[in-house]
Amino acid sequence: MMSDQEIRRRVAQIMAEEFELEPESLQPDATLYEDLGLDSLDAVDMVVAMEKAFGMKMADEEAVRAVRTLGDLFDLVCRLKNQQVDKE
Amino acid sequence: MGRGETVSLKRVVITGRGAVSPFGLGVADLLDGVWNGRSGIQLMPDWQSIQGLQCHMAGPVPPFEAKPLLPRTIRRTMGPMAIYATLAAKEAVSDSGLEPDFLASGKVGAEIGSTTGSPRIYEALYRQFLPEESVEHVRSGMFFKIMGHCCAANVCLALGITGEQWAPTSACTSSAQALGLGYMLIRSGRQEAMLCGGADEVHPTVTMVFDVIKAASRSHDFPLIAPRPFDLNRDGVVCGEGGGILVLESLDSALRREANIYCEILGFGHVNDSKSIANPHEDSMARTMRNALAEAGLNGDDIDYVNAHATGTVLGDIAEAVAINNIFGKDVPVSSYKGHLGHTLGAAGALETIVLLEMLNRQEVVPTLNLERPDPACSVINLVHSVDKLPLNIVLKNSFALGGVNTAMVLRRWTE
Repeated sequence: MMSDQEIRRRVAQIMAEEFELEPESLQPDATLYEDLGLDSLDAVDMVVAMEKAFGMKMADEEAVRAVRTLGDLFDLVCRLKNQQVDKE
Repeated sequence: MGRGETVSLKRVVITGRGAVSPFGLGVADLLDGVWNGRSGIQLMPDWQSIQGLQCHMAGPVPPFEAKPLLPRTIRRTMGPMAIYATLAAKEAVSDSGLEPDFLASGKVGAEIGSTTGSPRIYEALYRQFLPEESVEHVRSGMFFKIMGHCCAANVCLALGITGEQWAPTSACTSSAQALGLGYMLIRSGRQEAMLCGGADEVHPTVTMVFDVIKAASRSHDFPLIAPRPFDLNRDGVVCGEGGGILVLESLDSALRREANIYCEILGFGHVNDSKSIANPHEDSMARTMRNALAEAGLNGDDIDYVNAHATGTVLGDIAEAVAINNIFGKDVPVSSYKGHLGHTLGAAGALETIVLLEMLNRQEVVPTLNLERPDPACSVINLVHSVDKLPLNIVLKNSFALGGVNTAMVLRRWTE
């Protein structure tokens, strides 16, 4: 089982690879749209990349839409991943 | 412009060139390859394991890294063909000296075609979709890479073009049609300039199109001497890939900008052949050449050189030679660039026009590569055999496609 720390590290790594971002820009308070320069198409790909990497579904569109910063994304992925473990 | 008003037709010139070809990135590499008599064709070893495919040759663009050349936000919706078209478009815009504010004025459009959307991306999509009928991990950029107007749309986005966007998808005449329609749009005054051309990709399912109708070469000899347009031993097409873009512009606009002018477009012929969807026919080829000449107000005698479509197929080359003979007789020099480049399909009309403009510039004709023993049936025309100095003023370029499309364009060297 991955620790939250490991999940965060992996999320940051995926974001850097997927969107060709500099690792130092990947701070928890960085906003996805303004600071990291993502847009609505990227948001779709971000979800696909996370689902694929962590083997889970991010089906709650409301929760995904609420993600504004990288920190929000860390939290959401950690929450979903931990829920997945609880179910198992 | 109100109803009933008469419109004076604009003169149309070409002011920019951009290319991605089997010889590499840029017009300079394309011209270097052609003038040095090199072939862009190579064996495709991976294709030998594809059951039923008998042509294992192609003319791919040499590998390059697109990442440093195009930002991710532009590149994410591009398959290889849109990347080729965009790099060629950037070069053409730079060559022509078109400024960003002119591109964004609404007076400049883009017309860039291809046979289909990216076949490599189609393959990736269906490899993912078919095993479990799942679209679960499809990325947002997928559709923009496989749509029919993937090249035109991505070029407009990359260069901030806000005028008309068109995308002919007529296989081997895609870019020839783009040039023809761009010429008509500027001539009629709808646009002041157009980025016109096309792009296509090497892929086994593309070569398959010609292979199944026994029109693809199987000459896997070493060194490769295929395709061989007009040669007695020709045995079919070898597909190539790339992107070619030309900047078409009203003469008024080009003069106002003091742009370098390569040539003036004098006429465009475009006819359908309703006799067969696949087989070439000399009457339709001749009709399109006659139409181009008529629009230019010229006779066959006025033409100094014909750049043939000639792909190296048994039937097509004879039909074209007969059609050219019917109009121009036996004296006008003729050659095809397919021996150098292979058939670059949707890019062919534009890439070959770029080479043709250089012939006008250098006042030199280039021979057909791999033409060693002319087929007597093709020897009813004056086939060029060496790079020769020749006064070239007005030339005609043919482009034909499966599906019955026949086009011809008349170009005059700019000397004013």
